[in-house]
Amino acid sequence: MLKQRPFLVETLTAIGLIAAPFVLPYFGFAPNTVNRILVWGLFGIGFDILFGYTGLLSFGQSAFYGTGGFVAAYLLTRAGFPHVVTALIIGMIAAAVVGYLVGLIALRRTGIYFAMITVAIAEVFYFVEFNPLADWTGGENGLPGVPTPSLYLGFTTFHFTTGWSLYIFLAFCYFIGIVLALRIVRSPVGAVLSAIRDNPLRAAAVGHNIHSYKLTAFVIAAAYAGFAGGLLGVLQAFMPPDAFTFDTSGQLVMQAAIGGTGTLFGPLLGAAVWLFLQDFLQAALGLGAAWKLVLGVVFVLLVCFLRRGIIGGIVDLYVYLAGKSTATESDDKPAPGSAAGGGQEVAPPAAPADKSSGVVMPALHRPIDRKSGPILEATGLTKRYGGLAANSDIDFTVNHGELRGIIGPNGAGKSTFFKMLTCEVPPTSGKIVFEGHDITGMSVTDVAQLGLTKSYQVNQLFTRLTVRENLTIAALAELRGKFRLDLFRRTAAIPGLSEQVGRTLEMIGLTGRADTPVSALAYGEKRRLEIGLALATSPSLLLLDEPLAGMSPRERVETVSLLKSISQGRTMIIIDHDMDSLFELVERVTVLQEGRILADGTPKEIKGSAAVQEAYLGGVHGQ
Amino acid sequence: MINWANFVSQMFNGLVLGALLALISSGLTIIYGTLGVLNLAHGAMFMLGGYAGYVAYTYTESFVLAVIAGSLFVMVAGVVMERVIIRHFYGRPDEDQLLVTFGIGICLVEIVRFFFGSLSLTVPAPKIFTGITSLGFMFYPTYRLALVGIIAVALLALFLVLYRTRIGMIVRAGIEDSVMVGSLGINVYRVFMIVFGIGAMAAGFAGIVNAPVVSLTPDMGEAILVQTFVVVVIGGVGSFPGAILGGLIAGEIISITSMINPGYAYVMLFAAMTLVLLLRPHGLLGAQSRG
Repeated sequence: MLKQRPFLVETLTAIGLIAAPFVLPYFGFAPNTVNRILVWGLFGIGFDILFGYTGLLSFGQSAFYGTGGFVAAYLLTRAGFPHVVTALIIGMIAAAVVGYLVGLIALRRTGIYFAMITVAIAEVFYFVEFNPLADWTGGENGLPGVPTPSLYLGFTTFHFTTGWSLYIFLAFCYFIGIVLALRIVRSPVGAVLSAIRDNPLRAAAVGHNIHSYKLTAFVIAAAYAGFAGGLLGVLQAFMPPDAFTFDTSGQLVMQAAIGGTGTLFGPLLGAAVWLFLQDFLQAALGLGAAWKLVLGVVFVLLVCFLRRGIIGGIVDLYVYLAGKSTATESDDKPAPGSAAGGGQEVAPPAAPADKSSGVVMPALHRPIDRKSGPILEATGLTKRYGGLAANSDIDFTVNHGELRGIIGPNGAGKSTFFKMLTCEVPPTSGKIVFEGHDITGMSVTDVAQLGLTKSYQVNQLFTRLTVRENLTIAALAELRGKFRLDLFRRTAAIPGLSEQVGRTLEMIGLTGRADTPVSALAYGEKRRLEIGLALATSPSLLLLDEPLAGMSPRERVETVSLLKSISQGRTMIIIDHDMDSLFELVERVTVLQEGRILADGTPKEIKGSAAVQEAYLGGVHGQ
Repeated sequence: MINWANFVSQMFNGLVLGALLALISSGLTIIYGTLGVLNLAHGAMFMLGGYAGYVAYTYTESFVLAVIAGSLFVMVAGVVMERVIIRHFYGRPDEDQLLVTFGIGICLVEIVRFFFGSLSLTVPAPKIFTGITSLGFMFYPTYRLALVGIIAVALLALFLVLYRTRIGMIVRAGIEDSVMVGSLGINVYRVFMIVFGIGAMAAGFAGIVNAPVVSLTPDMGEAILVQTFVVVVIGGVGSFPGAILGGLIAGEIISITSMINPGYAYVMLFAAMTLVLLLRPHGLLGAQSRG
C-alpha cells in the first residue's frame, strides 16, 4: 500500500519531526530527552540495516559510536577545528574506515561467532580509549567543551545551542539519515541484504558475493554509529568515555529489539520507550536503580512473545484486523492460502507444447545457446568423505543444447556429483571445465556468474520475501554482477529487470501470485519458484536436483511441461527418481551407481540395459 | 619493573586467571556444543555464584558451605532458566537466543544490584589458606596457589563427568551430532537441562571460589564474559580441551602483558584471537564441522 506513493514515508517522517516539539512536551518529554532519542534513533538506523535487514547481530557497535564521537570531539576541542558539521563527517568517515577493518575480521564467521567477535573487538576499543590513547581522548575524563553547530546565513548566524534549537539540528540530521537509509533499503543492495538475512546460502548460489555485501552493511552501520557518536558529544557538550562501553552496544540492541527490527524506525521508538520509562520509573515511581530491571524484564518478555518488537506487533495486529475485514468482504475470492488447494486458481504453468515458442526466455547478457560442442566436461571427478568415496573417477560431458538426465539408486552419489559441478563442494581430485573455463575450485558465486546454476533438491527460498522479490534477487545477480555498490539506485530502475522477472513469473506460472509471500505458497508452487530462482539468473547450463520430488501426479505433469518449455535454447541436466517423466523429457540418460557411471545412452537404450535393471532391481526381475 | 621474581609471580597470576577462565569457558562451551545456545547470561551466572556464596558465607561463616551453596544455587538457577525460557528458543534463530540470554543476564545483574547495591562486597579466604607462602625464590598469596588446585580439581571432576559417565558420553555425542543422538531414542531435552545446569554450575563455582581474590560487584560478570568469548574462539567452540587450552593461553597473555603495560592486555588478547581466526578459523582444537 505504501509502495504506490513515493516519498510517503519521507513526508510522514518530516511531519512527525516538525510536530514533535509541539506535541511531545504534553507527554512529559523534556527537549533534552527528545534530543537523546534522536541520537539513539540515528545510531539505530545503521544497526537496523545491519541486523534487521542483513541479519547480522552485532554486540559491538559501541566501537564505532565511540570512534566517531571521539574523532569529532578531538577535532573540535583539542585540535581547534572550527566547523562542527565537517568534524562530524570526518568522525563518521573514521568510524566507517574502522568498521571496514573490523568487518574484515568479524565477518570471517557468522552467527554466534560473529556476535562474540564483535563483543571482543568493542571491548578492545574501550580499553584502548582508556589507556594507550588517553592523551588524545582524555581517558576516563572524556573530552569536555564540545561546541554546538551554527549556521551562517550571510546576514546573521544561527546558533543551535541547547533544547529545542539543538533539536532543529538533530532532527535535520535524523531526517537526512532516514532518507538515505530508505534509499539504501530500496536499492538493489538492500534487496540483496534481505536475501542474505533469509538464506545466505542461496544468495551466494544465485551469484551474489555475500561477503562483500555483508561488509557493506557493516560499514554503513559503522558510519551511522560514528555520526551519532559525534552528535552525542555535541548534545552533551562533552564526549563521555562510556560511549565505548558494552552497555552502549547492549542498550542499542535492546532498543532496536523493543521497537522492532527491519523497519528503520524501530530503534527510534525503542529509544523513546526506553528513555521515557527510565525517566518515568526513576522519577515518577521512585524506583531508583530498579528501572533497568523493569526494562530488562520488558525486553525478555518482548523477545519471548513479540519477536518483531512493538512496530512488528502493530503491523501484525493491523494485518490481522485488515485480513478479517477483507475475508468477510470477498468470499468469492479465495484467500491467498487456499488458492493453491482450490486448483483452478493455479494458472497451469505451461500447456507448453503449443505455447512454448512464445515463452522462451532470452537471457539478456547471454544470448540463446546456439553453440555446439561440449558446454561442460568433467574428467576424473572424485569425492571422498574420509574413507567413503561418494564419487569415483567420473568422466562426464554435456553438449550445448542437450537435455540430460541422471538416474541412479539412492546413495549413488547423484547429489554429490551436482554439488561438485556447481562448486558447492570441492572435488577430492579431477577437473571441471565449463564453457572453456576451468572452474575446479572456484566459488559457487563465480560459477553462477559464469552461467551455471542449480535448483535444489530441498527448497532454498528467501522465505520472508514475496515471489517477485525472490525472483528479483536472482535476476539482479545476472544483471548487476556479483557485487556492485549502487546504494542509491532504485531497484525498479534497472533496465531489463522487470521484464526478466515478469518472464520468469510467466514461465513458472506464478504471475498471479507474484506479491504473495513465500510462506503462503503451496508446496508445488514453492517447488516451481525453486526452479524459477535458478531460471531468473538466465543460466546457460541449468542443473535440476529432483525437481519432481514430493509432487502430486498432477503437479508432476505440470512441472514436466514447465521443464520442457524452459529447455528451449538451454542446456539442462536433471536428476530425478521419476523415470517415466524423465525418460519422456530428456535425450540422454547417465546412470550412476555407487559413485561410478554405470551406463550412458538414450532413454531407450537405458530401458533395455540389463546392467541398469540389475542395479535397480538387484537382478531378481531381470528377464 | 621487570625482574625475575616479578615475572614468575605474573606467570602464576596468569595461571590462576587462566584456570578460572578455563573453568568458566568449559561451562559456556559445553552448553553451546550440546544445546546450540550461546548463553550471554553466562557472565551473570559467574556473578550470581559469587553473591550466592557470599550470602551462604554470612550465615554459616564456612567457606566450604559457601562454595557448595553457591554452586548448587547457580545450578538450580540454570535449570530453572532452561526449563522456563531457554527451551522455548531451541527452534528459534541464533539471534533470538542471543537476545533472550542477553536480556536474562541484564535481569540477573539488576536483581542482584537491587538487593545488594552496587558497592563491592568481599568474601574472606578460608583460614587454612590465608597469608602468603614461600616458594623458595618468591612469596605468593597462599589462597591463589590453592585456587589453582581447587579449580584443577573442579576441571578434573568435569572431565570425569564428560568422559567417564553415561551422561557425559551422551553430551559429547550431542556435541558431534545432536540430531543423531535424538534419533537414538535418547531424551535430548532432559540432557539439555542437565547440561545447562552443569554449565551454569561451572560458572557459579568459579564465581564463589574466585570471590576471595576479587571483590564482588553486580557487573563483574561482563568483563569475564568477554574474556570467555575470546577463550572459546581461541580454543574452538564446543571443545572442552579447547576451553582449557584457550583459558590458559588467555590468562597468561593478560597477566604478562599487564606486567609490561596493563593498557595493552586486552589488545594483545584480541590480537591473539585475530591470529587464531586468520590461521585456524575453527579454533586451536575446534572441529571443522562447527559454526
